[in-house]
Amino acid sequence: MSRDMMPTFELYQPDSLEGALKLSKDVEKSWLVAGGQDSYDWFKDRAKRPEALIDISGITALKGIRESEAGLEVGALTTLTEIAESEVVKSKYTVLARAAARVASPQIRNAATLGGNLCQDARCWYYRAGVDCYRAGGNTCYADTPQGQNREHCLFGAARCIAVSPSDVAPAVVALEAAIVIASDAGTREVPAEEFFIGPAVDITRMTILKPGEVVTAVRFPKKWAGAKFYFEKVADRATWDFALVNVASAMIIEEGTIKEARIVCGAVECVPRRLKSVEQAVIGQPQNEDTALIAGRTASQGATPVQYNGYKIPLMENLVRRAVRDS
Amino acid sequence: MSTFKHIGKDFIPHDVVAKVTGTAKYAEDFRADGMVFCKLLTSPMPHARVKNIDAAEALKMEGVLGMITADDIPAGPPGFAPSLTREPMYVGEPILAVAALSEQAAEDAIERIKIDYEPLPFTFDPLESLFPGGKDARGDGFNTGTLAGLPPGKIKWTAADFARVKTGDELPMGKPAEEWNYGDVEAQFKQCKVVYEERFVTASLAHHSMEPRTCMAYWQNGKCFVHASLQSQSFALPPLAQMLGVKPEEVVLIAEYCGGGFGSKGSAYPSMVIPAYMSKKLGKPVMMRISRAEEYYLGSARNAFQGNIKIGFDASGKLLAADVYVVQDSGAHISFWDYRAFGDALALVYQPKAMRWRGVPIFCNAPTRTAQRGPGQNQLACIMEPLVDRAARELKLDRVEIRKRNNPVNGSLAGGDEGKRGPVTSAYIKEALDKGRARFNWDERKKKSGQKNGPRVTGIGVGQAFHPAGFAGFDGLLCLKPDGKLHIHTGVGNLGTFSHSGTARIAAEVLKVDWENCVIERGDSRKNLPWNIGQFGSNTSYTMTRTNFVAAQDMLAKLKEIAAQDLGGKPDDYDVDGAKVFVKANPSKSLSYGDAAKRAIALGGRFDGHELPKDINPMTQASATALAGQGLIGVAKDNLPWSGQPAAFAACFIEIELDLETGMHRIVDLVSVADCGTVIHPMGLATQIKGGAVQGVGMATLERLVFDPQNGLPANVGFHQQKPPSYLDLPTEMFTDAVDKADPSNPVGAKGVGEPLLGASASALLCAISDAMGGHVFNRTPVLPDMIVNQMAGRPQPRKPLSINTQ
Repeated sequence: MSRDMMPTFELYQPDSLEGALKLSKDVEKSWLVAGGQDSYDWFKDRAKRPEALIDISGITALKGIRESEAGLEVGALTTLTEIAESEVVKSKYTVLARAAARVASPQIRNAATLGGNLCQDARCWYYRAGVDCYRAGGNTCYADTPQGQNREHCLFGAARCIAVSPSDVAPAVVALEAAIVIASDAGTREVPAEEFFIGPAVDITRMTILKPGEVVTAVRFPKKWAGAKFYFEKVADRATWDFALVNVASAMIIEEGTIKEARIVCGAVECVPRRLKSVEQAVIGQPQNEDTALIAGRTASQGATPVQYNGYKIPLMENLVRRAVRDS
Repeated sequence: MSTFKHIGKDFIPHDVVAKVTGTAKYAEDFRADGMVFCKLLTSPMPHARVKNIDAAEALKMEGVLGMITADDIPAGPPGFAPSLTREPMYVGEPILAVAALSEQAAEDAIERIKIDYEPLPFTFDPLESLFPGGKDARGDGFNTGTLAGLPPGKIKWTAADFARVKTGDELPMGKPAEEWNYGDVEAQFKQCKVVYEERFVTASLAHHSMEPRTCMAYWQNGKCFVHASLQSQSFALPPLAQMLGVKPEEVVLIAEYCGGGFGSKGSAYPSMVIPAYMSKKLGKPVMMRISRAEEYYLGSARNAFQGNIKIGFDASGKLLAADVYVVQDSGAHISFWDYRAFGDALALVYQPKAMRWRGVPIFCNAPTRTAQRGPGQNQLACIMEPLVDRAARELKLDRVEIRKRNNPVNGSLAGGDEGKRGPVTSAYIKEALDKGRARFNWDERKKKSGQKNGPRVTGIGVGQAFHPAGFAGFDGLLCLKPDGKLHIHTGVGNLGTFSHSGTARIAAEVLKVDWENCVIERGDSRKNLPWNIGQFGSNTSYTMTRTNFVAAQDMLAKLKEIAAQDLGGKPDDYDVDGAKVFVKANPSKSLSYGDAAKRAIALGGRFDGHELPKDINPMTQASATALAGQGLIGVAKDNLPWSGQPAAFAACFIEIELDLETGMHRIVDLVSVADCGTVIHPMGLATQIKGGAVQGVGMATLERLVFDPQNGLPANVGFHQQKPPSYLDLPTEMFTDAVDKADPSNPVGAKGVGEPLLGASASALLCAISDAMGGHVFNRTPVLPDMIVNQMAGRPQPRKPLSINTQ
């Protein structure tokens, strides 16, 4: 088991997006790195071995939070601390600020970027240990066995792999109906956040639709949800520096006690942030009260297929969704 | 000594400034001319035989200097962890080391080494190894054995033992490796009002030393220089020399700073000698930096338990009988006797009228385990304290009162074995409970128990724990120099408690020397250090105050003798203070300490170390001889009377808010009180108490080692997977206090401190969780959010009552 010894690699530090995209195309076996909070883990364990790093953290154009008529644009290189402390995010897109504030630890949030958080790889401990599982190109899943230690794994969408989306920010981004801005040398495209994340049934080796040569440059939040009623909660073993066992993010527009619109998303229950459309449908038009919340909770876990150690996620998810509907 | 000059007063230990400014040099910070690096190749399999090592390509790589394997290091005793092995018994066990000009080059070479492994059977469940024909962790035929008194052997239970019980739910309880009993257990159970019988599991958890066990070594002029990370100084040197195959005087051990050990760096450990053997082979200094992941392989963990506990109380809450069976998962190699300590501590802390203890340690394919802060005693606290609460609830008794109803007092019997039960030197656990009760405002606050704020429920808990706390028979060594400075030589390691200085102050106290005029000589075996106990087992406060006391008494007598010779009269006519020895009746007639030191040198003989007591250890003898002629020597072996078991206790009170819908809790308040005898160093004590409390939080609700039993893989080899508590998991303020009652068997009233503080907070937190849930539920550590969520939702728990090493 080779661990904790970073191999040598070439380092490129472009100062423009164009430069980064060109390098990414021209340099073989290269890897884009920003905050590095996911990448360096892989390199240290020598489980992923790029020969060159393209460090994009110096591209100032990809940093910052900008409000416009259309809503809010947050550069991909904006740190989670900056998001958590931003006045405009806190006041108008509160669920994003709360989610960012619950990621990992203060030190990691100071280095970690929005783009990196959304693009991070699965945290299944078997996969991270460097085993030859399906996701790593092998032909087995170590977690989905009678004795697999799969307490953190998925309730939904298992397809050979049972890893979950580890992000705390992603459910908030989906709840806010955001779009992910992706650049490549072919130009720029915008993808709804819901479509950005992909499960193992689509491609077992990737967590997002990003292809080689593409880079996330920003996330755009439509004005529609600014100032809505929000809820975010994360449950983990530790109060800090821990991945979610389950998290929930929601945005609701409530008029005179009645839920007019709702987007409710759970993380860590599926390989992608799980948007709970049936819950949304169940609560829209209903009064925001305990009865509606109870129905929402029960609806949330419909179709769950737990493995050996993760059955607790069913009641946990139900409880969190109930709270999201009742307490936002 | 009624009014103390130093004892009980805060001081700034000399190493603090270096630690906080970063100038302290730990093992990794040293360099030597021509130094190279080595890296370890560790096993990817939980159990295998190395059939062939092909390093030809690796050794040809640029910058690569050489390799050592198990063939290059003499094997230790059977069953003990080797430095390098051809039969790895856990994932991460070192097989070979490669040296190179850089660590990257060494690691790159390691990747090119081809090893032919023959996979062997492995197990992570002691019950599997106890099953007739079941898989064993080791290929040498041993499945049991422990550090002292139980040589490696093999124990298998019968199929009938297993057939009697429901697999995974009940403990078969076949023939134990060891057992004892006293009193008539069955008769006492018949007298009980309530009897509980439970199966329990306590998980293994890592020591989490902040500084990994990095080591640098080189050979020079016939000596081996070792820069190591150790809790202990003098105590670690002889075993290190033995592992190096040289005499103790041929080793220079430098261990001035240590970033935590918690039991895992108490003495020399196997990986420590790898750079020394590599250095011998290459003729160059070798640095072996241990990575965080490697620290989880080499850095030890607490022994895990599967057990059965049956206890019975009478209507007054008195524990009448206890019958326990502890199966210990010892990891792959010989480990500590936690399973014994579990029984011994139960017999002492709760004083049952009759008790039976049975235990068996079994090897599993997990990394080496060793003593961790309160080994066995703190697992007991976690299992027993919530059961005491269950009895209190059923018998309608106050939870503090039921504890005091059972607690020992001065002279109560310790230990369990009928013929060997001796008294404790002092026991003020009742006073600790009372002090904590008042500080926590228990009587008022317990009324909040069960109060709901939405899904959040208030839980109030009290916990207590014990650890033996001292030894005797080691040496003290002092040298008063002509400049009037008192050099206090101490073999106490720097494990973070400041006990190297705290215990040294006893010499300053006896000789009434200002602290500014004291020099602590420590951290390097060239500094002429005495033979001292290791800094483990909460021993230092008790043991090393005694040695410094006797050495100071020796110096005091010599000072008075010299003064009487020079100034007339008898030694008894003299006293000391203000760096002078003076005539009691006429203080103006005096001799300064500096002049007394000069006179000692002139007098020679026993005054300046040219003649030494016969009963001191050879290490002390050599150190004192090296100092001879430099000043007035105070040197003595601790022959002070010692009868009974010094006993350290702690009590902790915790209020939490538990969210029944998420299983997460928040600690609202924490009060911890130590019964550690006379307080020597209040600031150091407060730090100890808080540190112990924090570790207890981890043991109770966060930390556990997990292994995939099908593939043998370790699930947690990093801080974020191991989950020790962070400062954001704790209240910003924690309250500490001490009973501060002297232990009569120690010249300054001191006894041990460190270990029970962990068990007290761990058990208080578990009791608070049970309290918030409306009663005792889990006989398991750690208690995790998913267990609480399942319980509250009425879902079955995925873990069986005896599932071990699982998530």
